[in-house]
Amino acid sequence: MIRFLESAAIITFALSLSANADEDAIKLKPGDGFEAVEQNCTACHSLDYVQMNSPFLDQKGWTAEVTKMVKTFGAPVEEADQQKIIEYLTANYGKP
Amino acid sequence: MNRRQLLKGGVGLLTVAGSASWLSPHARAAQLALPSGAVATQVLEALPGKVPLMKRTYRPPNYETPISYFNEEFTPNNAFFVRYHLADIPKVDLAAWKVRVGGPAVQNPAEFSLDDLKKFERVEIAAVCQCSGERRGFSDPHVPGVEWGNGAIGNAKWGGVRLKDVLDRVGLAKEALEVSFNGADGPVVDKTPDFVKSVPIWKAIDENTLIAFEMNGEPLPHWNGFPARIIVPGWTATYWMKHIVDIEVLKEPLKNFWVNTAYRIPKGLFPVVQRFVSQEPVDSPTTPITEIVVNSLIINLEDGDEVKAGQPVDIKGIAWDGGYGIVEVAVSADGGSNWTQAALGKDLGRFAWRQWTHGYTPGQAGAATIMVRARNAAGATQVDKLLFNGAGYHNNIAQRLALKVV
Repeated sequence: MIRFLESAAIITFALSLSANADEDAIKLKPGDGFEAVEQNCTACHSLDYVQMNSPFLDQKGWTAEVTKMVKTFGAPVEEADQQKIIEYLTANYGKP
Repeated sequence: MNRRQLLKGGVGLLTVAGSASWLSPHARAAQLALPSGAVATQVLEALPGKVPLMKRTYRPPNYETPISYFNEEFTPNNAFFVRYHLADIPKVDLAAWKVRVGGPAVQNPAEFSLDDLKKFERVEIAAVCQCSGERRGFSDPHVPGVEWGNGAIGNAKWGGVRLKDVLDRVGLAKEALEVSFNGADGPVVDKTPDFVKSVPIWKAIDENTLIAFEMNGEPLPHWNGFPARIIVPGWTATYWMKHIVDIEVLKEPLKNFWVNTAYRIPKGLFPVVQRFVSQEPVDSPTTPITEIVVNSLIINLEDGDEVKAGQPVDIKGIAWDGGYGIVEVAVSADGGSNWTQAALGKDLGRFAWRQWTHGYTPGQAGAATIMVRARNAAGATQVDKLLFNGAGYHNNIAQRLALKVV
């Protein structure tokens, strides 16, 4: 989908000036665990939430965020995926 | 080492030195920086019916108003900021829409269509609608959340009916303690707590608390709560429920995440008068956020702007508070040593913001630091140092702009 949008971008450029906001334009860094992020997190929110909250959370901070999504907001994320997400966020969007 | 790290180092040294005076004005002012990731992902984008606003997040939609729009007494509806917690946002069908008013402390529950509501006495109140998280992005250290800059705020004339009049119609039991609000928008996942908020009964029956269906003389825009929303002048927008469909009068304190855990501030940290005591357990270190704290903003200059030596400039801005009224705005052109009073604009009502202007003639070429500080009728003023709290609320540090005089 993202690749399709890239190739279509030039054709639709003129239209996009008035088009609705398109979250598919968000591109997170590639890396281990990205698929787990994409598959789980996007059910409820766009991925700019990740980028916006960076780079100031350390591993503890990102763990707290993922735990909040699961425990407080009821996000159905398997435990193995939770770990992958935390690792991805810490490595790519963590406090330097 | 990036700019942020440099600044962190500066803050550390600052603590040791105990004074900011040795820091260059620019370094000091630049502490008010959004997280670099928030800057990287921000973009001007137009939601349907809106002019391009600064996108913070696409879904749920969170968009802030560029400060140039604050030059208007009232913020245009199509430029008013947008804030949602949860991403299931229906387009409300007015023909089918009703607001239900009931709950354990209501004698005769009833439903009201928009036409039904319009039969009550119509009132209009000018009031600032400010997100609790306004300026969260400037918290130092940064805290997670929507990283708002200065634009999660707007001033509008809200037209509607008093919530009190509607509650009088359904009749209240004497045990009425809180009134809760639910909107038509909701979570994507069933297990996510729906966004439901309550206010104390005394605030619900305050003559200024409204069910509003108009904004600046027009129907509410979809993104600002069509067809009706709650207006709680003086209190932060977390209580201003959009797309209102359910109003319940409760005999017990509301129990949910959004009230018991979120939107809370450390007890005693801020000089607020109006408190929400039924949500303030004795053993809790926190209390719900309530009143907007006194604040001000320069709207026609930004950090790093150039001004010409010897050429007068009118500094323009706004000042606002939780409804006591702004009595003074003071501006310093020398980093806080000397202050002079700005000229206040028209009084638009005690819940509205107050525009102000201040003539400034830049001196010789170099750096200049402009500061502004407002004071309200309750004697509260802005702080010099952030009163840090984990959610980044109530950031009312006196604004400090580093200008380049050329």
